[in-house]
Amino acid sequence: MIPELGHFSLILALLLALVQGVLPLAGAARNNPAWMAVARPAARAQFLFVAIAFAALAYSFLIGDFSVVNVTRNSHSRLPEIYRFTATWGSHEGSMLLWTFILALWTVSVTLFSRHLPDDMVARVVGVMGLVSFGFLLFMLATSNPFLRMPMAMDGSDLNPLLQDPGMVVHPPILYMGYVGFSVAFAFAIAALLSGKLDASWARWSRPWTTAAWAFLTIGIMMGSWWAYYELGWGGWWFWDPVENASLMPWLVGTALIHSLAVTEKRGSFKAWTVFLAIGAFSLSLLGTFLVRSGVLSSVHSFATDPTRGLFILIFLASVIGSSLFLFAMRASKVGLGGRFALVSRESFLMVNNILLLTATGAVLLGTLYPLFLDALGLGKISVGPPYFNSVFVPLVTPLIFLAGIGPLARWKQVNVPELAHRLKWGFGASVVVALLLPLAQGDWQPMVALGCLLSLWLAVTAAIGVRARLRSGAGWSANFYGMHLAHLGVAVMVIGVTMVSNYQTERNMRMAVGETVTVKEYTFRFDGVTDVTGPNYTGSRGTLEVSENGKPFTTLHPEKRIYVASGMPFTESDIDYGFTRDLYVALGERLDDGAWSVRLFHKPFVVWIWIGAVLMALGGFMAITDRRYRISRKKEGAKA
Amino acid sequence: MKRFLIPLGIFIVLVGFLGIGLNLNPREVPSPLIGKPAPDFKLPLLSDPARQLSPEDLRGKVWLFNVWASWCASCRQEHDLLLELSRQGSVPIYGMDYKDQPGDAQTVLARYGNPYVETVVDIDGRAGINFGVYGVPETYLIDKGGIIRYKHTGPLTQEILDRKILPLVKELQS
Amino acid sequence: MKMDMKRVQQAGLIIFALLLPHAAIAGEAVPVAEDPVLEQRMISLSEDLRCLVCQNESLAGSHADLAQDLRQEIRDQMRSGKSDEQVVDYLTQRYGDFVLYKPPLKPLTWLLWFGPFVLLFGTAGGFYFYLKRRGTRLASESLSAEEKKRVEELLGNNGNES
Repeated sequence: MIPELGHFSLILALLLALVQGVLPLAGAARNNPAWMAVARPAARAQFLFVAIAFAALAYSFLIGDFSVVNVTRNSHSRLPEIYRFTATWGSHEGSMLLWTFILALWTVSVTLFSRHLPDDMVARVVGVMGLVSFGFLLFMLATSNPFLRMPMAMDGSDLNPLLQDPGMVVHPPILYMGYVGFSVAFAFAIAALLSGKLDASWARWSRPWTTAAWAFLTIGIMMGSWWAYYELGWGGWWFWDPVENASLMPWLVGTALIHSLAVTEKRGSFKAWTVFLAIGAFSLSLLGTFLVRSGVLSSVHSFATDPTRGLFILIFLASVIGSSLFLFAMRASKVGLGGRFALVSRESFLMVNNILLLTATGAVLLGTLYPLFLDALGLGKISVGPPYFNSVFVPLVTPLIFLAGIGPLARWKQVNVPELAHRLKWGFGASVVVALLLPLAQGDWQPMVALGCLLSLWLAVTAAIGVRARLRSGAGWSANFYGMHLAHLGVAVMVIGVTMVSNYQTERNMRMAVGETVTVKEYTFRFDGVTDVTGPNYTGSRGTLEVSENGKPFTTLHPEKRIYVASGMPFTESDIDYGFTRDLYVALGERLDDGAWSVRLFHKPFVVWIWIGAVLMALGGFMAITDRRYRISRKKEGAKA
Repeated sequence: MKRFLIPLGIFIVLVGFLGIGLNLNPREVPSPLIGKPAPDFKLPLLSDPARQLSPEDLRGKVWLFNVWASWCASCRQEHDLLLELSRQGSVPIYGMDYKDQPGDAQTVLARYGNPYVETVVDIDGRAGINFGVYGVPETYLIDKGGIIRYKHTGPLTQEILDRKILPLVKELQS
Repeated sequence: MKMDMKRVQQAGLIIFALLLPHAAIAGEAVPVAEDPVLEQRMISLSEDLRCLVCQNESLAGSHADLAQDLRQEIRDQMRSGKSDEQVVDYLTQRYGDFVLYKPPLKPLTWLLWFGPFVLLFGTAGGFYFYLKRRGTRLASESLSAEEKKRVEELLGNNGNES
């Protein structure tokens, strides 16, 4: 009964999405206030029914209703309750429902926080989002119904053990909050193109939404990276897998968009460009969805592939993006030029930022799709992997980070170059000297480490110069200003993490009998054997390693090797001692012939800084949203009313 | 105006490629050995470990080389097809038992029938690596001069036999 | 006797206590690989090679049977004195460029390797010229006769009103 209720709600939501997509847009075009007024209630009703459908699916998973195909394929009677819940979005169908649910959530937020916007703007934004939602609901109902019933009930085939992890409670929803959140920026851009009103106030309206989506995406990607680090058992944190690239591309364009929106809002320039980026960020989110679902690329975590689904998303993708780009081509040439600026100005620094970010996106896209291009042309099969991405990405990101230091200190319109150079010379000199000396402290001087330290110090120093200047000038609190510097500081922290762990990581692959020890840096690991463990839906071996630091007892680590009952697949559960300046990472290998075990041990300096950096970036974003000026116009209206 | 159409143009090309991509299999790896001499090996026979077989012994013949194993479930799928093919006698099939216990392989052949003229045993998988084997079953078509002409990865189907392999066999035999 | 028994126990405890630290430091564990230097070389090479069965894992990271065999093959070839290039050649002759995570530079991959940098300089150049043109357009717009007239008119009107 409950699954049927969910199914029925989805059908109702589909109809409501159609109403929400068509009437307000038509109303805005014909200047019909009654039709435009449909936008808000339709969007809220659609949200309600999508939420009911989502709750129905979650309920089916929680009670283990194995008469539903989706539940049978992705759950198991012995699966712990929390993973039964996360299994709701562990499948293709469920994750599409989550996608749609979050889209509806964003739409409702727009209806709630848009009282200061003109009615036709709201109608168009909500309408565009309704059309997108319609496409996804149709896709679900036509090819991936999450509520399909089984002919007969049987026990499930279990959730993929890799997904049986507490991180999966929050990672997919937050990642989707980011992915789908760009639909708001997209809808604002399309609304602006439709109305022809591309002005600074448009940029101010869409800025907080874009920043919020970007911050969510940052956290989402960070969690995915962290999950891969502790779950996949060999301590890597980024693999350049197509699925990761699919989330990185919208992030890069989203980052460019945030910066370009700043110019459009403050100076009225880059209007057409900003609109293009807003379309681009969401288009890449859709493209990512297509790449993951269609099976055109092989990836470690792509979902079960189905050509009909792939074809459906491709047609949907082509119509949404194609029509948006067509509209862009029609309208963009009529957009005004905006304020004047010199070749050396904050505007042009931000332009170079955009060019670098867009080139980086292009490189990721090219590398991800190049094997497909060659294959489609019958020119053979190749693989493009981490060595390519690393060698192309680093030279693009290095100048980007360097500019991120200068940009915030540069003036709008025209930079007084000698003055700027004067302000920066001491900071630059100090950064260089410290960056050259710092790697020596590790006893192993490497040019890449010096470069990483330089970029990181440079960002920190320039941020300090900027903040000091602001404090001295007596200007008050600005969430936008401090949020930006916090995010840039996050980049600095991340760069340190990446640099240190890439250059100074220690890895040992040891054969350990009971009582034997391994010393890595100042830590000694003693292997105290393995005991059997039985979990709710797995059996396995649990190793014990006593760790001492400089001879003093320090901690105990318990890496596990599990075999999941339903799938019979072996999995490695590593154990990690997290630390501010280093992680100790232990993974259990195989039992060797003589009863000893092979054990992988890693000493990973500063690795958590990668994720701390990402969190700081996201916090900076969330902080910027609270800026007063995004709320001013609403207060004004409130005062009027 | 025109430069604003560039993104749309790029996007249309991209969609074209993605559309073609839907019908491609990213997991299939074509063999670079096609058109090249079959890698040499000298391996014991399953039927009589004292005797050995090498591709050299099959010079002058067009033959199918089928890599299989008793532990490989999808090899059972093509087994009947291979039996039927050997009954027709249009092309001799030689097998390679890949990373397997000879006893298990003999049990499989005894139970399901033996389509192979001979089967060689590659216990450590070295000969398999030389052929670029990555997923059993795999089937190679080798011509009179010992050159690999065709490779199929995965279980054979009637369609592939009729459309690709048998016409090629006829062409190479003439 | 009782006393003696206790003594024996105590002695036993002491002996046990003496043994304990020895048991604890039974010895340094040894690397799984017989030749750690060679192993390191094998791993760093196979990190840039793609596992064929599991698709998106490196040869170094994969647990698949074939990956283990191939690692063994690489080890053996390195032990017999082959260079990294020779090992890579051996693998590409059998599996094609598909095994290389770093595609070789050849005409087919020129676009892949140079594309990003062409794009970078292309867009940067494009924007440079766009900005120059934009500057002149903005300048001419602000100076156009029509604009001037309108400004004068507006100013004139304002003047009349006030």
